[in-house]
Amino acid sequence: MSEADLGLAAIVVMAITTFLIRVGGFWFMAHVPLTTRVRRMLEALPGSVVAAAVLPIAIKSGIPAVLAVSMAVLVMRASRSALAGVLIGITAAALARSAGV
Amino acid sequence: MTTGTDRHRDIAHCSVAGLAAGARLALPGMPIMAVFGVAFGTAAAQNGLTLSEATLMSALVFAGASQFVAAEMWTTSMTAAWVIALGLVTATVNMRFFLMSASLRPWLGTLPAWQTYPALALMTDPGWLLATQYRSRGGSDSAVFLSSGVMLWLTWIAATVPGHALGGIVTDPTRFGLDLVMPCFFVVMLVPLWRGSRAAISWLVSGAVAVLTAQLLPSWWFIMAGVIAGSVTAGVFDE
Repeated sequence: MSEADLGLAAIVVMAITTFLIRVGGFWFMAHVPLTTRVRRMLEALPGSVVAAAVLPIAIKSGIPAVLAVSMAVLVMRASRSALAGVLIGITAAALARSAGV
Repeated sequence: MTTGTDRHRDIAHCSVAGLAAGARLALPGMPIMAVFGVAFGTAAAQNGLTLSEATLMSALVFAGASQFVAAEMWTTSMTAAWVIALGLVTATVNMRFFLMSASLRPWLGTLPAWQTYPALALMTDPGWLLATQYRSRGGSDSAVFLSSGVMLWLTWIAATVPGHALGGIVTDPTRFGLDLVMPCFFVVMLVPLWRGSRAAISWLVSGAVAVLTAQLLPSWWFIMAGVIAGSVTAGVFDE
């Protein structure tokens, strides 16, 4: 195989791996009884995913990141616009950074 | 807004009208995907992926975080062993999708596979959060989930191309806060899902475990560790 073919192979391997993971959880749950407890565990997933993804990044990136996510939440609560939340959040971080925070 | 009590009341179905509703649902996610997609295209160009490789990866893999990691690991002298390594790293970074798709079973489990698996194949973090929000408002149409996934997918592919062409024009994305686009979108998506501080205990556990794991282990294990800890916490404590 040429190096370009192997590059293509890498992309295909990544795609198949990701596809199997994407459908795997859904398929797996067909074989697990949906008790109240299991339902509670599944319902906690959105918040858990966000917390686990954001908190380490916020701590690593420091004050501008904490400012950005806080602003984003406040704007979202006031305006119900996800886009406004994100825009004002990253603007706050950019301003904080330009001010040397 | 509906409350938590009428969740799971409506029976899942799949309608043509849902395709338009899904496109609307995807709207707040599309700019996020575009920014992230341009950033990926740039990273891909800087790490030696050709335009066709970068675009193909966006179209077939469609998982931003893992694509960034793959771009950083990319080499123009690719070997079979390295292909396997890329597959394993991709699995690590994307493992959370397993739990995310599991969470859709109570909603979509009664539908035939041809209505659910194509939509699951296009599931991303933003798409899943948008679909979860739609479901928590009482929505039950699986076509909404599918078409929002398609919209985000097309945005992602379309953004990769200019990102690759521009490669390196935006030299310091952190200056504009662009590194925080995804974290901001994540927390914003969580606002309508807020069900009081008691339910948030599991979120807090998840975040704390993730922070701790990020100190101890390399790579992306911290997300899985946090999510599992948060989910188990929710299972153990009664409401």
